[in-house]
Amino acid sequence: MTSFKPPHQHSAAVVVENLTVQRGGKPVLNDLNFTIGAGSITGLLGPSGSGKTTLIRAIVGVQTIQSGSVTVLGHPAGAPPLRRLLGYVTQDPSVYLDLSVRENVRYFAALYGLGADAADAAIGDVGLAESADQLTGDLSGGQSSRVSLACAQVGKPTILVLDEPTVGQDPLLREELWTRFRAAADGGTTVIVSSHVMDEANRCDRLLLIRQGSLIADGSPAAILQEAGTTSMDQAFLNLVRRGAAAEATAASPAHRPPNPTPSADRTRR
Amino acid sequence: MNPHILFATAGRILRQLRHDRRTIALLVVVPIVLMAILYFMFDGQHERFDPLALTMLGIFPFIIMFLVTSIAMLRERTSGTLERLLTTPMGKLDLLFGYGLAFGLAATVQAGIACATAYWLLGLTTAGGAQLVVLIAVLNALLGVALGLLCSAFAQTEFQAVQFLPIVVIPQILLCGLFVAREAMAGWLHAVSSVMPLTWAVNGLTEVGLHAEATSALWRDVGIVAGCVVLALALASATLRRRTA
Repeated sequence: MTSFKPPHQHSAAVVVENLTVQRGGKPVLNDLNFTIGAGSITGLLGPSGSGKTTLIRAIVGVQTIQSGSVTVLGHPAGAPPLRRLLGYVTQDPSVYLDLSVRENVRYFAALYGLGADAADAAIGDVGLAESADQLTGDLSGGQSSRVSLACAQVGKPTILVLDEPTVGQDPLLREELWTRFRAAADGGTTVIVSSHVMDEANRCDRLLLIRQGSLIADGSPAAILQEAGTTSMDQAFLNLVRRGAAAEATAASPAHRPPNPTPSADRTRR
Repeated sequence: MNPHILFATAGRILRQLRHDRRTIALLVVVPIVLMAILYFMFDGQHERFDPLALTMLGIFPFIIMFLVTSIAMLRERTSGTLERLLTTPMGKLDLLFGYGLAFGLAATVQAGIACATAYWLLGLTTAGGAQLVVLIAVLNALLGVALGLLCSAFAQTEFQAVQFLPIVVIPQILLCGLFVAREAMAGWLHAVSSVMPLTWAVNGLTEVGLHAEATSALWRDVGIVAGCVVLALALASATLRRRTA
């Protein structure tokens, strides 16, 4: 261990350097570089298939990576000390449908060495106290994803990573979830949320816009809107994509230009 | 391995089983029904029923636990719970031994019921004690659990997982000496039969049928099956990757 560290690394929760991931020979993430500060909400935004889930899996340490590195709280992603510090909510509620809500959360509490009190508190925090004895498989989609969230939060993680947590939730619950994420961040937890709903971007302190495995924008919501010269996040994304496509087209030699005049912009509109 | 996490995991698997009343009913009733069929098939002739019933007491738990475990573990992989568990402090062995412990306990209950039916209701007699039969039955169940955990790694769907039954289980039943005495087999078949764990389990059960005391051959057979359980669990652990593509 060296005694000297550059000052910015003390507050960095996640450092991604030259991260490249391929799946089935096709690149999913291309040479990503960014740093996420502690105690903030960072949104990973991009259309379906842009590589958000792969990036999240790399951060929690379950993704095979081809090159580059992901460092979380000073450890390589997935290192044993991180497993007590990180909460992970997968895209589909990864909980046991054949167990009650209480049994699910108590099991995850036990994995962190915590007892029934911690589990009951986590169930109360996601507003499921009254459904605690119901079978998780009998709950609505929105409720079961809140069970999944309770299982991730029960260990009081220092870093909370959520893959599309608001999908399928009604507006009232979405509001409630974002309030909860904000409270967690105010308490010092680093929150990383992916979403393809651009409207949710305004809730984040910082946005990473991803398209086809590359970062196309990085900054606060206000800064990104300003850069794109618009007031709606959807429009901002489209503007940035078009600008990127235009730059690519200028860079490419005419002989290699694809037949479709605006292929990239078309692809994002789908 | 962390005993706290291991027991929490075994408890969780048993709780899942408890919510599934139909599976519990099947686990309890099926061996009783099969034993009864066997009994009536031989019209109560004990010289024919007894050796076959003894063998079946060992084979049923193997088949049933193989099926139950390969599907349960496959669900764990496909539902995303496995990926999630591997981001928690849980070790791979906590999960594998958790399954072994939970289904081993279920198998002990099942073997107890099957033996009680065979001995008390259907009048099975063996030279050796029934507790040795239960021991071998539970060991066979653990063999089924360990092979099921291993095979689930090679299946992507439940349909595929079920297909491993004919591959992994049926050759062992055909070659264990039940249909043709091992001595009468062609040399190469005899050799194949010798590397199959179920052969030794059946061999051990035959020893219990013939000898009042536990023979050294019996303990050798028990040792071989136990070794195969450990080997299959080690291979299953190697197929459990934290990082996947």
